[in-house]
Amino acid sequence: MLHIHYKDYDAMRSHGEETYPHECCGVLLGKSDAMGNHVRQIVRAGNTRTDSAHNRYNIAPQELVKIQRQARTLGLDIVGFYHSHPDHPAHWSPTDFAEAHWIGCSYVITAVENGKAAITNSFLLSGTSEEDKKFEDQPVEIDVVEYVSAQKGKE
Amino acid sequence: MNIHIPTPLRSFTSGAETVAVPGSTVAEVFTNLTSQYPALQQQLFNSDGKLRSFVNVYVNDEDLRYLPEKESTSVAANDELTIIPSIAGGSNRVLPCCSCCSLL
Repeated sequence: MLHIHYKDYDAMRSHGEETYPHECCGVLLGKSDAMGNHVRQIVRAGNTRTDSAHNRYNIAPQELVKIQRQARTLGLDIVGFYHSHPDHPAHWSPTDFAEAHWIGCSYVITAVENGKAAITNSFLLSGTSEEDKKFEDQPVEIDVVEYVSAQKGKE
Repeated sequence: MNIHIPTPLRSFTSGAETVAVPGSTVAEVFTNLTSQYPALQQQLFNSDGKLRSFVNVYVNDEDLRYLPEKESTSVAANDELTIIPSIAGGSNRVLPCCSCCSLL
């Protein structure tokens, strides 16, 4: 299970709309336990694949190092990543699978259709090594309580 | 020196996110790291003993690939080494070559 607050879920999807028709990408910081991956913060990242940003993404390793350092400072871990599929289904592609190396992490994909975020799915990269890794469909639990409370506070 | 372990490899370091390993060069540090945690060998290196292509290694803020001496680079006890697997992908969607294609 991927547990995420609504504001983070919404921010991921908005990121995909902002970068349309290009793919967006980012990192999920949080904690993992037997119940799944719990997202506490999302971090936007730059897509370095400017040569083919409509169908590819890549996060610069130097940026990942900084994000991992940021997570450590916050007492959090990298528990997943997100990216968008402009005008393409929210399902992992052969490239997504070949380039997935963070076993135990969640890979969230949002389909963005004509500039609007559509379906968002999460896939858990399971296995023990490169040789037996696989993507599993991962249920997503969106916590709206905090968001609703904040909205009520504005009224 | 301290080595920062990424989330997916912590199951091979008993959950430790940072491990202290002795060594005067990056190669020595890696030898000592995989002696201490043997299961990391297969995760980090291919059968030729080379770092797997998706494994990035940073000595402080420098990418090991671009350091002149590569694995022979000298390190001090207060240096930090970060192991960070790459993250990439994409839909592979093929753009239509003309307006007619998008109608097919």
